Amino acid sequence: MKGHVVIELKNVAYSYGGGELLSDISLKLGSGSFHFLTGPSGAGKTTFLKLCYMELASTAGVVKVFEKDTRTMNRDEVAVNRQRIGVVHQDCQFLEHLNVATNILLPVMVSGRKRQAVTENLQSLLNWVGLENHAEALPAELSGGERQRAALARALILSPDVILADEPTGNVDWEMSSRMLNLLIELNKMGKTIMIATHDLNLIRTAKSKVNARVLRISNRRLQLAGADL
Amino acid sequence: MNISDILKSLTPDKHTVLAATKGAIQLLKGDQHADQVVPPSGHTATLTSFTAGAMAFLAVFALALSLATGRLADRWKTELSQSATVRISAPEDQMSRQVSKLIEVLNTTPGIAAVNVLSEADQKALLEPWFGPDIPLDDLPIPKLIDIIQDGNGFDADGLRLRLSAEVPGAVLDDHSRWRKPLVRAAGSLRWLGTLSILLIALATAAMITLAANAALATNAQVIKVLRLVGARDDYIAQAFVRRFTLRAFSGAAVGTLAGVIAVMLLPDASAASGFLTGLGFVGWQWIWPMFIPPLAAIVAYVATRFAAFKRLGELT
Repeated sequence: MKGHVVIELKNVAYSYGGGELLSDISLKLGSGSFHFLTGPSGAGKTTFLKLCYMELASTAGVVKVFEKDTRTMNRDEVAVNRQRIGVVHQDCQFLEHLNVATNILLPVMVSGRKRQAVTENLQSLLNWVGLENHAEALPAELSGGERQRAALARALILSPDVILADEPTGNVDWEMSSRMLNLLIELNKMGKTIMIATHDLNLIRTAKSKVNARVLRISNRRLQLAGADL
Repeated sequence: MNISDILKSLTPDKHTVLAATKGAIQLLKGDQHADQVVPPSGHTATLTSFTAGAMAFLAVFALALSLATGRLADRWKTELSQSATVRISAPEDQMSRQVSKLIEVLNTTPGIAAVNVLSEADQKALLEPWFGPDIPLDDLPIPKLIDIIQDGNGFDADGLRLRLSAEVPGAVLDDHSRWRKPLVRAAGSLRWLGTLSILLIALATAAMITLAANAALATNAQVIKVLRLVGARDDYIAQAFVRRFTLRAFSGAAVGTLAGVIAVMLLPDASAASGFLTGLGFVGWQWIWPMFIPPLAAIVAYVATRFAAFKRLGELT
């Protein structure tokens, strides 16, 4: 494991509606590590990520984020720790009444930083994700791929320590997938911890040729290391 | 600029993150971006402004009532307590002698500044509203009335009564206390009713703004969820709602207060028609009081919305 532990799950279970979705999950995400999380649809990948960024609370076991037990965190502590985690949500989670630029700046605004201080960086990020001409557009006016790119830009705007991405390439073409992957690899080389939930095996294979990534699979409610075929 | 440069320059500054928690200061300084994250809601905005305006309008009248009755009570207390009346009944042939004797007694009583015997014309004018202009005053056994004006120290009413019973047995002293006290008490009660009305108006405003804030918070549950996902603290989210409702309440109350003050100014001046009653309005420095209504409405809205917001955010875990 690289560096200190940024997220740790110890015998974690999550139940919903009377059924257990995840069971006895234990994992340590070291600082600067790169993980893929795979598994069939409905296996619990999104739930796993939600446990990591504290949108859900485990029904058993311990989740530690930045070495602090999430069960003992108050809402303000959760908020401050979330500012250190950039999340690309599968459904993007935009504020639909705000334009793309403002949505990307949301983490900056809620953290109390001056918007003006990152204006130039915002423009660079928009250029990088190919949305420079869509800054003033509303999220509803974007295609699925454009929304995901905007979500990625928002996840990066505060330069977080950890980046969790839930199917970030689900709606983008291969060229953009490749660009996004390269960005995440570059971020990982800067010391950022990356976890990508995906069922795109080509993406995983491409990444493994470029970076030392661990591939985890959720199967039968449990987390296991994926086979050598990946 | 490559992506590494961008990300390096975006490393969060802990001091500025901590600064974001100072919600009250932010509210005063204003944060248009915090306002921006909550979509504009025309319905609750109109409702809040209208409620604050209507309540401020009513508050102006309650304040005017409270201050006017206060003045009334003071006037009754001071003016009526400075005068008294002596009524003397005697057979016609003894009346002049009794009146002279009475005046002599009154003139030698400490605390009495002036004594005025009401003429027949004065007495007729007093009775005219009750018996009409053709009252045959000469044929009626009407007692003589003598007005007493006190000096600054006042006189001893009980002592004077004792003296009159000994020296002028037909004279009866009425120092107005019998009916002055209930009037002053009634005016005092009206003043408290006015104050109570202002308090009730403030509470009703708080209740309505709480309802409107709760409606806005419920409507924007998804917005709150997204803000939390990107790391917003409760203070930041609450501030977006609190600032909006506070400013709406302030602006609505300012308009309502202005309308109320204009309406009070347009009321007829009752004091000109009666030497006894006072007009429902403000006098002199009392015109300053309505200016406190809009800030008070803003404070009520601030407290009500903040309470509602934190309660709601606590439930949305």
